[in-house]
Amino acid sequence: MITTDILIIGAGPTGLFAVFEAGLLKLKCHIIDALAQPGGQCTELYPKKPIYDIPGFPEVLAGDLVNNLMKQIEPFQPGFTLGERAETIDKLDDGTFIVTTNKGTKHHTKIVAIAGGLGSFEPRKPTIDGLEKYEDKGLAYMIKDPEDYRGKKVVIAGGGDSALDWSIFLADVASEVTLVHRREEFRGALDSVEKVEELVDQDKIRLVTPAEILDINGEGAVESVLLQHNDEAKRMEVIECDAFIPLFGLAPKLGPIADWGLEIEKNAIKVDNTLDYQTNIPGIYAIGDVNTYPGKLKLILCGFHEATLMCQSAYQRIFPDKRYVMKYTTVGGIDGFDGSRKEAEKAVVKKIGNKQNV
Amino acid sequence: MSDIKITIIDREGQRHEVDAPTDMNMNIMEVCKAYDLPVQAVCGGMAMCATCQCYIISDHDLGERNDDEEAMLWEASFVKDNSRLGCQIPITEDLEGLVIELAPEE
Repeated sequence: MITTDILIIGAGPTGLFAVFEAGLLKLKCHIIDALAQPGGQCTELYPKKPIYDIPGFPEVLAGDLVNNLMKQIEPFQPGFTLGERAETIDKLDDGTFIVTTNKGTKHHTKIVAIAGGLGSFEPRKPTIDGLEKYEDKGLAYMIKDPEDYRGKKVVIAGGGDSALDWSIFLADVASEVTLVHRREEFRGALDSVEKVEELVDQDKIRLVTPAEILDINGEGAVESVLLQHNDEAKRMEVIECDAFIPLFGLAPKLGPIADWGLEIEKNAIKVDNTLDYQTNIPGIYAIGDVNTYPGKLKLILCGFHEATLMCQSAYQRIFPDKRYVMKYTTVGGIDGFDGSRKEAEKAVVKKIGNKQNV
Repeated sequence: MSDIKITIIDREGQRHEVDAPTDMNMNIMEVCKAYDLPVQAVCGGMAMCATCQCYIISDHDLGERNDDEEAMLWEASFVKDNSRLGCQIPITEDLEGLVIELAPEE
């Protein structure tokens, strides 16, 4: 069982920044995210797109913002449960919570902060009958650990950055990589497209376009996929493989959180005030794009503000008898849980020039 | 420049006739959101999520899909010949009387 002070659901910018603000209050955080890596929409949808309304950054790429946030929270050593979706929540008699993921990982926490954006990003699944029976048995919608594919025959489907990037990466790990796309054009970073072309020329990737996977076959696990070439003849081909990885992007779903008894309004979690962004269930907060209240603006910078106020309230809930006085980081510095300390350099000048103190 | 009238059919089949300004650099997705119609627009209008997919019901000529739109629609579900991404269709006076229907959510 993982134990923490604040369990944050959602590893987007708001969730990540909440770790920092909690850390200043010496509260430990653990983050759950359905995606295999932190960053939420920023990482998954538009890592190379510039954002222009983050204070202090005239322009920052979404991916760089996430990298910076990860660096900023490093001293506070958050835990991560990635690639798993928060499924159920149980409130214990002492007011704490147990949150369990779809993979059965249990988290015991004093506070739950839902920072799930528009919900958990679920992978878009291809329309293949009986798909579910191969899930985690050779069929995966995201790659958590590329080592799982070492020496294996892998078929990747998709035409975006993920499909390109993973094809490139697995070309050196898997024994065979076949990249299948329904179109001849790919939508991804130019250098990735060029790299794939290069690897195709070197016979390290087999590229099949335009084509699509129609079926999966295998006894208990993926053994082959049925591919249809989208040419005039609609030629069929069976590709033997150990793994099939369709990377068709993501679709947002509020998911199981919608059944937690929280007040929901238009697919968002209603918070009763803008004092601390607490939901109708005491101890559960909703911050960032996932919440709604009068005047709500879905902006990263608003999520940062909400995360800050949420942490102050969480502190008071955990330590009702303690009074915390907010300190500026310029004054108080940062004490990492790893023993690190950051603080402004101090200098004491007793004498300036030749003038003596009298 | 003035407002135009467009009709948006929601996922329950209800028709909403709305005024859309032609001078605010808006697109169909933004008009839907402005009228609180259930369009998520996860990516904010970058043709990267298909949550603003709609079907063009009237016979307006919206021109060809751009590359980003075309690529996204190849990956989306419930795509029909008349599918478009609302975020890629700017509101212009030519769209007076446009009728669209929101595609089902994935």
